[in-house]
Amino acid sequence: MKALRKILDNIKPHVSKGGRFEMLHSTYDAFETLLFVPDRTNKNGVHVRDAIDLKRTMMMVVFAMIPALVFGIWNTGYQHHLALGESASFFDNILHGVLRVVPILVVSYATALGLEFGFAQMRKHEVNEGVLVSGMLIPLIIPIDTPLWMVAIATAFAIIIGKEVFGGTGMNIWNPALLARAFLFFAYPAQMSGDIVWISGLGSMENLPDGFSGATALAAAVEGNISNFSFMDSFLGFIPGSIGETSTLAILLGAMFLIITGVGSWKVMLSVFVGGYLMALVFNLMGLNPLMQVEAHHHLVLGGFAFGAVFMATDPVSATRTEQGKWIYGFLIGVFAIMIRVFNPAYPEGMMLAILLMNTFAPLIDHFVVQANIKRRLNRAVVKA
Amino acid sequence: MSEVIKIKKGLDIPLKGKSEKVFGQAQLPGLFAVKPTDFHGIVPKMVVKEGDAVKIGSVLFYDKYHPEVKFVSPVSGRLKSVNRGERRRILEVIVESDGQDDFIDFGAADPLNSERASIVEKLLESGAWPYLRQRPYDVNANSADTPKAIFVSGFDSAPLAPDMDFVLTGQEDELATGFEVLKKLAPEVHVGISSSSASKVFTNLKGVQIHSFDGPHPAGNVGVQIHHTIPINKGEKVWVIQPQAIVSIGRLFLKGKHDFSRVIALNGSEVVKPSYYRYRLGASVSGLIKNNVINDEKLRIISGNVLTGDHIEDDGYIGFNHSQVTVIPEGDKHEFLGWILPGLEKFSTSRTFFSWLRPNKEYRIDANTKGGERAIVISGQYDSVLPMDILAEFLIKAIMIEDIDKMEQLGIYEVVEEDLALSEFVDTSKIEIQSILRKGIDLMIKELG
Repeated sequence: MKALRKILDNIKPHVSKGGRFEMLHSTYDAFETLLFVPDRTNKNGVHVRDAIDLKRTMMMVVFAMIPALVFGIWNTGYQHHLALGESASFFDNILHGVLRVVPILVVSYATALGLEFGFAQMRKHEVNEGVLVSGMLIPLIIPIDTPLWMVAIATAFAIIIGKEVFGGTGMNIWNPALLARAFLFFAYPAQMSGDIVWISGLGSMENLPDGFSGATALAAAVEGNISNFSFMDSFLGFIPGSIGETSTLAILLGAMFLIITGVGSWKVMLSVFVGGYLMALVFNLMGLNPLMQVEAHHHLVLGGFAFGAVFMATDPVSATRTEQGKWIYGFLIGVFAIMIRVFNPAYPEGMMLAILLMNTFAPLIDHFVVQANIKRRLNRAVVKA
Repeated sequence: MSEVIKIKKGLDIPLKGKSEKVFGQAQLPGLFAVKPTDFHGIVPKMVVKEGDAVKIGSVLFYDKYHPEVKFVSPVSGRLKSVNRGERRRILEVIVESDGQDDFIDFGAADPLNSERASIVEKLLESGAWPYLRQRPYDVNANSADTPKAIFVSGFDSAPLAPDMDFVLTGQEDELATGFEVLKKLAPEVHVGISSSSASKVFTNLKGVQIHSFDGPHPAGNVGVQIHHTIPINKGEKVWVIQPQAIVSIGRLFLKGKHDFSRVIALNGSEVVKPSYYRYRLGASVSGLIKNNVINDEKLRIISGNVLTGDHIEDDGYIGFNHSQVTVIPEGDKHEFLGWILPGLEKFSTSRTFFSWLRPNKEYRIDANTKGGERAIVISGQYDSVLPMDILAEFLIKAIMIEDIDKMEQLGIYEVVEEDLALSEFVDTSKIEIQSILRKGIDLMIKELG
């Protein structure tokens, strides 16, 4: 450690202002602070501070996604072999999954980190850790057969248009990762929907078993075939879908981790599920199309609903900032997600659009909460007088 | 007594090194100082020159905009030097003690039989007026005003704060006389006490309104207590004063002498024997910490508590409003992978460190920022430790964009730095909230007067 510190101290003058490699300052700083907590001390204000910082917070979110990632890797292999009609061992499934998922992860992280380092240098600020989360989220919410160049473009779109144009982490209006997903969805609809992108290698397979479509559970539900997917399979995640979104169980493990560490808002998560469940119940009563007839609790484990509720809706930057606002925000995400799903089967991924919609309206919800606070204060003065 | 007001939000930072309730022996040092920086918004005008002889109670400087408000010497001796900072701003007025403790006699008086005007006059003349501070803004009280009330917090809930019951024991008469003075100054006098301590010294007082509070810090902050009892609306003023200052005022009226003696708690993880000392305001801390701190690494000495105190040198001076001195490690060193280690020895309100599994542990926390400054990301943090109906994050943002209307609407009249200090402590983004708030308050004073 001492030796490492020494190396860093030796490099420092060269990358500091006026040094030969000044353009690498942010990059150096990112690596230095990654290895060592800086020696800066409090100058004004409080003399002691909570040990938490944004780096650790963001890493906690990344940790929370690991169950979903690991399951996604296994499921990629499982679905692949299932489609082939071959039986495969656990390790075969994992191996296939790793070979397919890791390249996507690498492309996503390389693009995201490269852009972030560049912007940090340009804007002369420190590298923001939010990119660690975005780089992980994007692979988890796209279909496995997304071409790598699309992953790169979508990630670049998310980082530049989703975040940096607003000024970087903390300033963005929409969740960058979801924006990447939406970008892919609307820019390359042919490649991003349909039945063949959800299972690794399905497009090039011949001799598929009879009646095998590769459709996601949601797409099946549109056709009234939800009975092909049991609630338990959907909950555990043995279904085709985006890489990290299929296993509600793995997602809930992540949710528990986020709630226990205090990093994710349980209020948002809970209210999304409540909103979605109630909306689905209402539609059950109407029962006008096959999706309306999908049982309410089954809705919650299909598609990106659970993943969105736990990892997307809770993004503190794009969500409401007030505690009361979080209830409304989460509830409406749940309601709209199911509503979009049910009324517009062409866009079965209602969750993505619902969250982006509520991201847009989050400041409005906050506005009403703030106005209520102001009103209380004014009323107090009147009552006294 | 009225019912207990429960404070739910807040945080008691579990710091190591709480003072034992015993008195240690300490010699008064040779140097004393009055720091104009302890008083927000004043512009000091020197009255004495270097080398001039002064007594306890001799005027050192006054406020340029309120010449009636005088600041006096806590010791007899000679004016040693005037330390100045940027643009010749006066930082410290240093007096070298001659050990005689000669004092100016302002004459004893019974506050019960005194007119309000003569009481005000006496406080101004003796340099005791600056003990009275005004809310909003936490500035010196204006002697031309009559506030709607005077509010005293009878306990200090800050980290490692001195126990007021212990500090005030034996000074009940002076305290009672001091309260008689306060009663003449304002139509109402309120006292906030802790439900978990006896607070006999306060409950025995007559003619004051007692409010009992239960809960973690900042329950002892006078601003929080005012918010829950007699909230400040636009245009209203409440004066606040600390218990030990009331004792000092009581002594002034009983004996005619402005006495700067204070009971000071010396504590923190780096103090060998944390305990209480009979000391004096403005005194150099050198006499306290000599041979009483662990000198393994660089230390940070704080006049006041770790949330709101001032960073001073090891021969620095005790601030005008402080009754404790805290010593913690400076922590100006790199820590390998510190942001990702399990962190059994690190305190955090989030449960991202395994230390949350040891709820009763006391921590040795240093002054490291523990991370770089970022834009605000995590929501709800500021409010989680602010027991007021105030949306701190929105207030801070209103200040950042200098929106006076919003600042007013969101409650800037009700908060001062100490109230948001915990928000600054828990902030993941390491933003200097107290500095921002002070800028906002300064802007309010400048724009609205």
